Amino acid sequence: MSDEAKTASSAVPDEDCKDCTRREFFAKLGIGSLIVAGAGTGLFSYEYFSPNVLFEASPIIRAGKPDQFPANTVTLDPQNGIYLVNGPKGFYALGAVCTHLGCLTAWKPELDLIACPCHGSRFNKDGVKVAGPAPQPLPRLKVWLSEEGYLMVDRSSPLKEQEFVKV
Amino acid sequence: MATMIQDEIERVRNSEIWRTIFRSGSGSSNLHRSQAVQQNVFLHLFSAKIRSRAMEFSPTWFLGALTLSTFFILVATGILLMFYYHPSVPQAYTDMKDLQFVVASGVFLRNLHRWSAHAMVFLVFAHMFKVFYRGAYRPPRQFNWVIGVFLLLITLLLSYTGYLLPWDQLAFWAVTVGSNIAKAVPVMGQKIRFLMLGGNEVNANALLRFYVLHCVILPLAAVALIGVHFWRIRKDGGLYVPEEKQP
Repeated sequence: MSDEAKTASSAVPDEDCKDCTRREFFAKLGIGSLIVAGAGTGLFSYEYFSPNVLFEASPIIRAGKPDQFPANTVTLDPQNGIYLVNGPKGFYALGAVCTHLGCLTAWKPELDLIACPCHGSRFNKDGVKVAGPAPQPLPRLKVWLSEEGYLMVDRSSPLKEQEFVKV
Repeated sequence: MATMIQDEIERVRNSEIWRTIFRSGSGSSNLHRSQAVQQNVFLHLFSAKIRSRAMEFSPTWFLGALTLSTFFILVATGILLMFYYHPSVPQAYTDMKDLQFVVASGVFLRNLHRWSAHAMVFLVFAHMFKVFYRGAYRPPRQFNWVIGVFLLLITLLLSYTGYLLPWDQLAFWAVTVGSNIAKAVPVMGQKIRFLMLGGNEVNANALLRFYVLHCVILPLAAVALIGVHFWRIRKDGGLYVPEEKQP
């Protein structure tokens, strides 16, 4: 290597490390492996802190026998966070967790409304918001009759269309 | 009598044992006094020499020192509460009630922890307002203001994580609401909430995560930043003391 080439390579950082010194090469190797180790630590931490197995309740629940729900009533199941409504067109279920910030709502028969205690959102018995900050209506949940004659509700998948179960 | 006590203190301070611990020994010269600060592991963060104005009430209202005091009270009472509290769903609430009704002095320690926590949040804000309206955040102290903002965030996170631990209705719904606020972060909100709670609902994993954050991670972070915060006071030229106006 000529003298001119040497000065040029030391003045301008050699990105490809074509003719960098042993010291520069090992410095780059060291920094590179630190970056790899850092990224690995980040990924490892993310994986570690995301549980793979959860001991949470099943999304499918047994709401009860149809005769437990008198006609034209709204029944809150606070344990499972759903309403089972026996309306004129049949049974349907709503999620009882407010779409604003996740508080459990309550049925107010005197107002004929579902009300959230946290920030004052109100919904009618179809789950449509009538007042307050909630950005979405209460989700409609799939309801079906099991072979044993129980009304079952799937809390995991909100319905797009209205569905009713006639018993 | 007074001189006898004085002489006895002098004798102890000049003894070999004392001087192996404190090195600087006795003496009231400026050198001795500055060495007493420089050679003490806890005090060496501070300036060996400050303006007497800085020790008066009006420049600081002692708000930073009061905040530190509440932090020490919180650490002491918090460690004592940890002897009786299990961070598990069946036990957390009853442990909290036991602390109130069964454990000797439990209600005193729990209330002291709670009120000090409220006081610390209040004092941190008061301290920041004082610093802001005094203009004490200006160069060369601007980086210490940034550290202070991080300390504010840690204080609020300590307050928030501690709120869940009684595991009563108030705690449960406050954390439900708080974790749903985190969910509103664009794109990764759902993931943040999942990592925060260790699941999809406020449950055993969330309680344990908040407990570890509250008792280990956040206090350690606070201690580290408090250390830097105090050291920066010396490095930035001591406490900010405005020049006194000429009458």
